[in-house]
Amino acid sequence: MQTEDIIVLDEFCSNHHVEISFIRSLEEHGLIETIIVNETVCVHGNELSKLEQIVRLHQELNINPEGIDAISILLKRIENMQNEITELRNKLDFYKKDQ
Amino acid sequence: MEFIDYYQVLGIDKNATQEDIKKAYRKLARKLHPDLNPNDKEAHKKFQQVNEANEVLSDPEKRKKYDQYGKDWQHAEQFEQARQSQGSGKETFTGNFNESDFSDFFTSMFGDKGHSGFRQRQTKFRGEDYRAELQLNLTDVFKTHQQVLTVNNKNIRITIPAGVENGQQIKIKGHGGPGINGGPSGDLYISFHIINNTKFRRDGNDLHTTVDLDLYTAVLGGEIIIDTLDGKVKLNVKAETQNGTKIRLKGKGFPIYKKEGEFGDMVITFQIKIPTNLTDKQKELFEQLSKSSS
Repeated sequence: MQTEDIIVLDEFCSNHHVEISFIRSLEEHGLIETIIVNETVCVHGNELSKLEQIVRLHQELNINPEGIDAISILLKRIENMQNEITELRNKLDFYKKDQ
Repeated sequence: MEFIDYYQVLGIDKNATQEDIKKAYRKLARKLHPDLNPNDKEAHKKFQQVNEANEVLSDPEKRKKYDQYGKDWQHAEQFEQARQSQGSGKETFTGNFNESDFSDFFTSMFGDKGHSGFRQRQTKFRGEDYRAELQLNLTDVFKTHQQVLTVNNKNIRITIPAGVENGQQIKIKGHGGPGINGGPSGDLYISFHIINNTKFRRDGNDLHTTVDLDLYTAVLGGEIIIDTLDGKVKLNVKAETQNGTKIRLKGKGFPIYKKEGEFGDMVITFQIKIPTNLTDKQKELFEQLSKSSS
Protein backbone atom coordinates (compact mmCIF):
# COMPACT_ATOMS: atom_id res chain seq x y z
CA MET A 1 0.00 0.00 0.00
CA GLN A 2 1.31 3.43 -0.89
CA THR A 3 1.53 5.93 1.97
CA GLU A 4 1.64 9.72 1.74
CA ASP A 5 3.23 12.25 4.05
CA ILE A 6 0.64 14.75 5.17
CA ILE A 7 0.68 17.22 8.02
CA VAL A 8 -2.41 18.41 9.84
CA LEU A 9 -2.47 22.18 9.50
CA ASP A 10 -3.73 22.86 13.04
CA GLU A 11 -0.83 20.87 14.43
CA PHE A 12 1.67 22.71 12.23
CA CYS A 13 0.28 26.08 13.31
CA SER A 14 0.35 25.22 16.98
CA ASN A 15 3.89 23.94 16.84
CA HIS A 16 5.19 26.87 14.83
CA HIS A 17 3.15 29.49 16.70
CA VAL A 18 1.41 30.82 13.59
CA GLU A 19 -2.21 31.72 13.06
CA ILE A 20 -4.19 29.55 10.67
CA SER A 21 -5.31 32.79 8.99
CA PHE A 22 -1.67 33.38 8.01
CA ILE A 23 -1.55 30.00 6.24
CA ARG A 24 -4.87 30.81 4.56
CA SER A 25 -3.43 34.07 3.22
CA LEU A 26 -0.42 32.16 1.89
CA GLU A 27 -2.82 29.86 0.09
CA GLU A 28 -4.67 32.86 -1.35
CA HIS A 29 -1.38 34.12 -2.75
CA GLY A 30 -0.79 30.70 -4.30
CA LEU A 31 2.29 30.15 -2.16
CA ILE A 32 1.15 26.83 -0.72
CA GLU A 33 -1.59 24.32 -1.33
CA THR A 34 -3.71 22.67 1.32
CA ILE A 35 -5.62 19.43 0.99
CA ILE A 36 -8.61 18.07 2.88
CA VAL A 37 -8.18 14.60 4.32
CA ASN A 38 -11.01 13.17 6.41
CA GLU A 39 -12.47 16.68 6.76
CA THR A 40 -9.19 17.96 8.20
CA VAL A 41 -7.12 20.63 6.48
CA CYS A 42 -3.62 19.33 5.82
CA VAL A 43 -0.53 20.21 3.84
CA HIS A 44 1.41 17.75 1.78
CA GLY A 45 4.78 16.66 3.19
CA ASN A 46 6.51 18.03 0.09
CA GLU A 47 5.28 21.52 1.03
CA LEU A 48 6.73 21.38 4.53
CA SER A 49 10.20 22.66 3.74
CA LYS A 50 8.76 25.62 1.80
CA LEU A 51 6.18 26.32 4.49
CA GLU A 52 8.80 26.33 7.23
CA GLN A 53 10.93 28.74 5.22
CA ILE A 54 7.94 31.06 4.80
CA VAL A 55 7.21 30.91 8.54
CA ARG A 56 10.84 31.80 9.31
CA LEU A 57 10.69 34.78 6.96
CA HIS A 58 7.44 35.90 8.57
CA GLN A 59 8.47 35.41 12.18
CA GLU A 60 12.11 36.37 12.02
CA LEU A 61 12.05 39.19 9.49
CA ASN A 62 8.45 40.36 9.99
CA ILE A 63 7.61 39.89 6.33
CA ASN A 64 3.93 39.78 5.42
CA PRO A 65 2.39 37.38 2.87
CA GLU A 66 2.63 39.97 0.06
CA GLY A 67 6.35 40.40 0.80
CA ILE A 68 6.85 36.64 0.96
CA ASP A 69 5.10 36.30 -2.38
CA ALA A 70 7.49 38.86 -3.90
CA ILE A 71 10.51 37.17 -2.27
CA SER A 72 9.43 33.76 -3.56
CA ILE A 73 9.21 35.11 -7.10
CA LEU A 74 12.65 36.70 -6.80
CA LEU A 75 14.19 33.58 -5.23
CA LYS A 76 12.78 31.48 -8.08
CA ARG A 77 14.26 33.96 -10.52
CA ILE A 78 17.64 33.74 -8.75
CA GLU A 79 17.48 29.94 -8.88
CA ASN A 80 16.75 30.01 -12.61
CA MET A 81 19.57 32.48 -13.16
CA GLN A 82 21.97 30.34 -11.13
CA ASN A 83 21.04 27.32 -13.26
CA GLU A 84 21.61 29.41 -16.36
CA ILE A 85 24.99 30.58 -15.05
CA THR A 86 25.99 26.94 -14.45
CA GLU A 87 24.95 26.03 -17.99
CA LEU A 88 26.83 29.01 -19.44
CA ARG A 89 29.92 28.21 -17.36
CA ASN A 90 29.86 24.67 -18.76
CA LYS A 91 29.57 26.13 -22.28
CA LEU A 92 32.43 28.52 -21.59
CA ASP A 93 34.60 25.65 -20.33
CA PHE A 94 33.86 23.92 -23.63
CA TYR A 95 35.22 26.84 -25.64
CA LYS A 96 38.13 27.49 -23.26
CA LYS A 97 39.36 23.95 -23.82
CA ASP A 98 39.04 24.53 -27.54
CA GLN A 99 41.74 27.23 -27.48
CA MET B 1 40.93 30.77 18.72
CA GLU B 2 40.48 34.24 17.28
CA PHE B 3 38.99 37.20 19.12
CA ILE B 4 35.81 38.40 17.44
CA ASP B 5 34.92 42.07 17.61
CA TYR B 6 31.15 41.85 17.92
CA TYR B 7 30.78 45.63 17.67
CA GLN B 8 32.57 45.60 14.35
CA VAL B 9 30.44 42.67 13.16
CA LEU B 10 27.28 44.74 13.74
CA GLY B 11 28.94 47.95 12.51
CA ILE B 12 28.25 49.88 15.72
CA ASP B 13 30.46 51.63 18.25
CA LYS B 14 31.04 50.57 21.84
CA ASN B 15 28.61 53.12 23.21
CA ALA B 16 25.74 51.81 21.12
CA THR B 17 22.37 51.65 22.87
CA GLN B 18 20.17 48.57 22.92
CA GLU B 19 18.04 50.28 20.29
CA ASP B 20 21.12 50.80 18.05
CA ILE B 21 22.05 47.15 18.46
CA LYS B 22 18.56 45.98 17.63
CA LYS B 23 18.43 48.22 14.57
CA ALA B 24 21.85 47.16 13.28
CA TYR B 25 21.04 43.50 13.88
CA ARG B 26 17.68 43.63 12.12
CA LYS B 27 19.21 45.38 9.13
CA LEU B 28 22.02 42.84 8.76
CA ALA B 29 19.72 39.89 9.43
CA ARG B 30 17.43 41.00 6.60
CA LYS B 31 20.42 41.26 4.30
CA LEU B 32 22.15 38.00 5.27
CA HIS B 33 19.29 35.69 6.31
CA PRO B 34 20.05 32.22 4.86
CA ASP B 35 16.53 31.88 3.45
CA LEU B 36 17.22 34.95 1.33
CA ASN B 37 20.72 33.84 0.35
CA PRO B 38 20.42 30.20 -0.67
CA ASN B 39 23.72 28.44 -1.44
CA ASP B 40 25.72 31.50 -0.38
CA LYS B 41 28.23 30.14 2.13
CA GLU B 42 29.73 33.57 2.76
CA ALA B 43 26.34 35.07 3.65
CA HIS B 44 25.62 32.09 5.93
CA LYS B 45 28.92 32.60 7.71
CA LYS B 46 28.33 36.33 8.16
CA PHE B 47 24.76 35.70 9.34
CA GLN B 48 26.12 33.33 11.96
CA GLN B 49 28.55 36.02 13.19
CA VAL B 50 25.80 38.64 13.24
CA ASN B 51 23.52 36.31 15.21
CA GLU B 52 26.31 35.61 17.64
CA ALA B 53 27.16 39.30 18.04
CA ASN B 54 23.53 40.08 18.77
CA GLU B 55 23.30 37.19 21.23
CA VAL B 56 26.09 38.78 23.25
CA LEU B 57 25.53 42.51 22.85
CA SER B 58 21.76 42.53 23.29
CA ASP B 59 22.07 40.79 26.66
CA PRO B 60 23.36 43.31 29.24
CA GLU B 61 25.00 40.57 31.33
CA LYS B 62 26.83 39.02 28.40
CA ARG B 63 27.73 42.41 27.00
CA LYS B 64 29.28 43.42 30.31
CA LYS B 65 31.29 40.22 30.40
CA TYR B 66 32.34 40.64 26.79
CA ASP B 67 33.34 44.29 27.31
CA GLN B 68 35.35 43.36 30.38
CA TYR B 69 36.99 40.18 29.17
CA GLY B 70 36.46 40.14 25.41
CA LYS B 71 40.08 40.39 24.36
CA ASP B 72 41.18 38.35 27.33
CA TRP B 73 38.60 35.66 27.00
CA GLN B 74 40.68 33.03 28.79
CA HIS B 75 39.70 34.64 32.10
CA ALA B 76 36.03 34.55 31.25
CA GLU B 77 35.61 31.14 32.88
CA GLN B 78 36.76 32.49 36.24
CA PHE B 79 34.40 35.39 35.80
CA GLU B 80 31.63 32.95 34.97
CA GLN B 81 32.21 31.01 38.16
CA ALA B 82 31.89 34.18 40.18
CA ARG B 83 28.52 35.02 38.78
CA GLN B 84 25.76 33.11 37.11
CA SER B 85 24.01 34.64 34.22
CA GLN B 86 20.65 33.70 32.81
CA GLY B 87 19.35 33.84 29.27
CA SER B 88 17.11 36.76 28.48
CA GLY B 89 14.85 35.04 25.93
CA LYS B 90 15.13 37.91 23.45
CA GLU B 91 14.81 37.57 19.69
CA THR B 92 17.43 35.61 17.80
CA PHE B 93 17.00 34.43 14.26
CA THR B 94 17.56 30.80 13.40
CA GLY B 95 17.70 30.79 9.64
CA ASN B 96 17.70 27.03 10.11
CA PHE B 97 20.97 27.09 12.01
CA ASN B 98 22.22 24.75 14.71
CA GLU B 99 23.44 26.00 18.03
CA SER B 100 26.70 24.28 17.15
CA ASP B 101 27.14 26.99 14.50
CA PHE B 102 28.27 29.40 17.21
CA SER B 103 32.01 30.10 17.20
CA ASP B 104 34.56 28.55 19.52
CA PHE B 105 35.16 32.04 20.86
CA PHE B 106 31.50 32.35 21.84
CA THR B 107 31.40 28.88 23.41
CA SER B 108 34.58 29.53 25.38
CA MET B 109 33.11 32.70 26.87
CA PHE B 110 29.52 31.75 27.40
CA GLY B 111 29.49 27.95 27.25
CA ASP B 112 27.17 25.71 25.25
CA LYS B 113 24.16 27.12 27.03
CA GLY B 114 25.09 30.68 26.17
CA HIS B 115 22.67 30.57 23.30
CA SER B 116 19.25 31.54 24.58
CA GLY B 117 17.70 31.48 21.17
CA PHE B 118 14.54 31.29 19.33
CA ARG B 119 14.90 27.65 18.44
CA GLN B 120 14.22 26.58 21.97
CA ARG B 121 10.82 28.20 21.79
CA GLN B 122 9.99 26.48 18.53
CA THR B 123 9.15 22.86 17.91
CA LYS B 124 10.31 21.72 14.51
CA PHE B 125 8.92 18.78 12.62
CA ARG B 126 11.59 18.35 10.11
CA GLY B 127 15.36 18.21 10.34
CA GLU B 128 17.47 20.76 8.51
CA ASP B 129 18.68 20.23 4.98
CA TYR B 130 22.35 19.50 4.48
CA ARG B 131 24.35 20.66 1.50
CA ALA B 132 27.54 19.10 0.21
CA GLU B 133 29.74 19.25 -2.86
CA LEU B 134 31.11 16.14 -4.49
CA GLN B 135 34.05 16.35 -6.84
CA LEU B 136 34.19 13.69 -9.54
CA ASN B 137 36.09 13.10 -12.75
CA LEU B 138 34.24 13.10 -16.04
CA THR B 139 35.15 9.44 -16.48
CA ASP B 140 33.48 8.70 -13.11
CA VAL B 141 30.11 9.86 -14.39
CA PHE B 142 30.35 8.02 -17.69
CA LYS B 143 28.72 5.06 -15.97
CA THR B 144 26.13 4.88 -13.19
CA HIS B 145 27.94 3.96 -10.02
CA GLN B 146 27.51 3.80 -6.31
CA GLN B 147 29.58 5.71 -3.84
CA VAL B 148 29.72 5.74 -0.07
CA LEU B 149 29.68 9.22 1.45
CA THR B 150 30.22 10.16 5.06
CA VAL B 151 27.71 12.77 6.16
CA ASN B 152 27.87 13.82 9.82
CA ASN B 153 29.71 10.63 10.76
CA LYS B 154 27.14 8.47 9.02
CA ASN B 155 27.99 6.44 5.95
CA ILE B 156 25.42 6.56 3.22
CA ARG B 157 25.53 4.77 -0.09
CA ILE B 158 24.29 6.85 -3.00
CA THR B 159 23.80 6.02 -6.64
CA ILE B 160 25.28 8.58 -8.98
CA PRO B 161 23.51 8.30 -12.32
CA ALA B 162 25.59 8.40 -15.48
CA GLY B 163 25.47 11.71 -17.33
CA VAL B 164 25.43 14.04 -14.31
CA GLU B 165 26.33 17.59 -15.38
CA ASN B 166 28.88 19.85 -13.78
CA GLY B 167 27.05 22.03 -11.23
CA GLN B 168 24.01 19.75 -11.12
CA GLN B 169 22.39 19.22 -7.76
CA ILE B 170 20.61 16.09 -6.60
CA LYS B 171 18.39 15.68 -3.56
CA ILE B 172 18.72 12.64 -1.35
CA LYS B 173 15.57 12.48 0.65
CA GLY B 174 15.80 11.91 4.38
CA HIS B 175 19.59 12.16 4.70
CA GLY B 176 19.70 15.65 6.18
CA GLY B 177 19.48 16.55 9.85
CA PRO B 178 17.31 14.38 12.11
CA GLY B 179 13.72 15.51 12.68
CA ILE B 180 12.55 16.80 16.02
CA ASN B 181 9.77 15.23 18.05
CA GLY B 182 9.63 12.26 15.70
CA GLY B 183 9.40 14.42 12.58
CA PRO B 184 10.99 13.49 9.26
CA SER B 185 14.67 14.06 8.64
CA GLY B 186 15.77 16.86 6.32
CA ASP B 187 17.20 16.20 2.88
CA LEU B 188 20.75 16.06 1.64
CA TYR B 189 21.56 18.18 -1.41
CA ILE B 190 24.69 17.19 -3.31
CA SER B 191 26.17 19.48 -5.94
CA PHE B 192 28.53 17.86 -8.41
CA HIS B 193 31.78 19.41 -9.45
CA ILE B 194 32.87 17.47 -12.51
CA ILE B 195 36.49 17.76 -13.54
CA ASN B 196 37.23 16.95 -17.14
CA ASN B 197 40.08 14.44 -16.99
CA THR B 198 39.78 13.49 -20.66
CA LYS B 199 40.93 14.95 -23.95
CA PHE B 200 37.29 15.37 -24.98
CA ARG B 201 35.25 18.51 -24.58
CA ARG B 202 31.75 18.01 -23.24
CA ASP B 203 28.80 19.97 -24.56
CA GLY B 204 25.75 18.58 -22.78
CA ASN B 205 25.51 14.99 -23.96
CA ASP B 206 27.87 15.42 -26.88
CA LEU B 207 31.62 14.95 -26.75
CA HIS B 208 33.87 16.89 -29.08
CA THR B 209 37.39 16.05 -30.15
CA THR B 210 39.90 17.09 -32.78
CA VAL B 211 41.66 14.35 -34.72
CA ASP B 212 44.87 14.88 -36.67
CA LEU B 213 44.67 13.49 -40.17
CA ASP B 214 47.68 13.02 -42.41
CA LEU B 215 47.51 14.65 -45.83
CA TYR B 216 47.55 11.37 -47.73
CA THR B 217 44.57 9.89 -45.87
CA ALA B 218 42.74 13.20 -46.23
CA VAL B 219 43.30 13.18 -50.01
CA LEU B 220 42.95 9.49 -50.75
CA GLY B 221 40.66 8.39 -47.92
CA GLY B 222 41.28 5.45 -45.63
CA GLU B 223 40.70 3.93 -42.26
CA ILE B 224 41.73 5.44 -38.94
CA ILE B 225 41.28 4.37 -35.34
CA ILE B 226 39.95 6.95 -32.92
CA ASP B 227 39.49 6.95 -29.14
CA THR B 228 36.10 7.31 -27.49
CA LEU B 229 35.29 7.10 -23.77
CA ASP B 230 34.00 3.64 -24.49
CA GLY B 231 37.10 2.36 -26.27
CA LYS B 232 38.56 2.56 -29.77
CA VAL B 233 36.48 2.91 -32.90
CA LYS B 234 37.43 2.26 -36.52
CA LEU B 235 36.45 5.09 -38.83
CA ASN B 236 36.37 5.38 -42.61
CA VAL B 237 37.67 8.71 -43.84
CA LYS B 238 36.26 9.82 -47.15
CA ALA B 239 38.66 10.76 -49.93
CA GLU B 240 39.20 14.51 -50.36
CA THR B 241 38.33 15.35 -46.76
CA GLN B 242 38.88 19.06 -46.14
CA ASN B 243 40.64 20.57 -43.12
CA GLY B 244 38.10 21.41 -40.38
CA THR B 245 35.54 18.89 -41.61
CA LYS B 246 33.29 17.75 -38.79
CA ILE B 247 31.70 14.35 -38.59
CA ARG B 248 29.23 13.10 -36.04
CA LEU B 249 29.39 9.57 -34.60
CA LYS B 250 25.90 8.79 -33.38
CA GLY B 251 25.65 7.37 -29.86
CA LYS B 252 29.38 7.62 -29.12
CA GLY B 253 29.09 10.64 -26.83
CA PHE B 254 28.14 10.96 -23.18
CA PRO B 255 25.31 9.04 -21.50
CA ILE B 256 22.04 10.98 -21.27
CA TYR B 257 21.12 11.61 -17.63
CA LYS B 258 18.54 9.11 -16.35
CA LYS B 259 17.94 7.68 -19.83
CA GLU B 260 19.52 4.30 -19.66
CA GLY B 261 21.21 3.12 -22.82
CA GLU B 262 20.88 6.52 -24.55
CA PHE B 263 23.96 8.49 -25.48
CA GLY B 264 24.83 11.78 -27.12
CA ASP B 265 27.11 11.96 -30.14
CA MET B 266 30.85 12.24 -30.64
CA VAL B 267 31.72 15.19 -32.87
CA ILE B 268 35.08 14.84 -34.60
CA THR B 269 36.86 17.75 -36.26
CA PHE B 270 39.61 16.76 -38.66
CA GLN B 271 42.81 18.75 -38.56
CA ILE B 272 44.92 17.97 -41.57
CA LYS B 273 48.64 17.82 -40.95
CA ILE B 274 50.83 19.02 -43.84
CA PRO B 275 53.95 16.89 -44.14
CA THR B 276 57.21 18.57 -43.14
CA ASN B 277 60.91 17.82 -43.76
CA LEU B 278 60.17 16.65 -47.30
CA THR B 279 62.90 14.89 -49.23
CA ASP B 280 63.94 16.18 -52.66
CA LYS B 281 62.06 13.33 -54.25
CA GLN B 282 58.88 14.16 -52.35
CA LYS B 283 59.18 17.84 -53.28
CA GLU B 284 59.56 16.85 -56.91
CA LEU B 285 56.45 14.70 -56.72
CA PHE B 286 54.48 17.56 -55.17
CA GLU B 287 55.70 19.86 -57.96
CA GLN B 288 54.53 17.34 -60.54
CA LEU B 289 51.22 17.15 -58.76
CA SER B 290 50.96 20.92 -58.71
CA LYS B 291 51.67 21.20 -62.43
CA SER B 292 49.20 18.46 -63.27
CA SER B 293 46.40 20.21 -61.44
CA SER B 294 47.02 23.70 -62.84
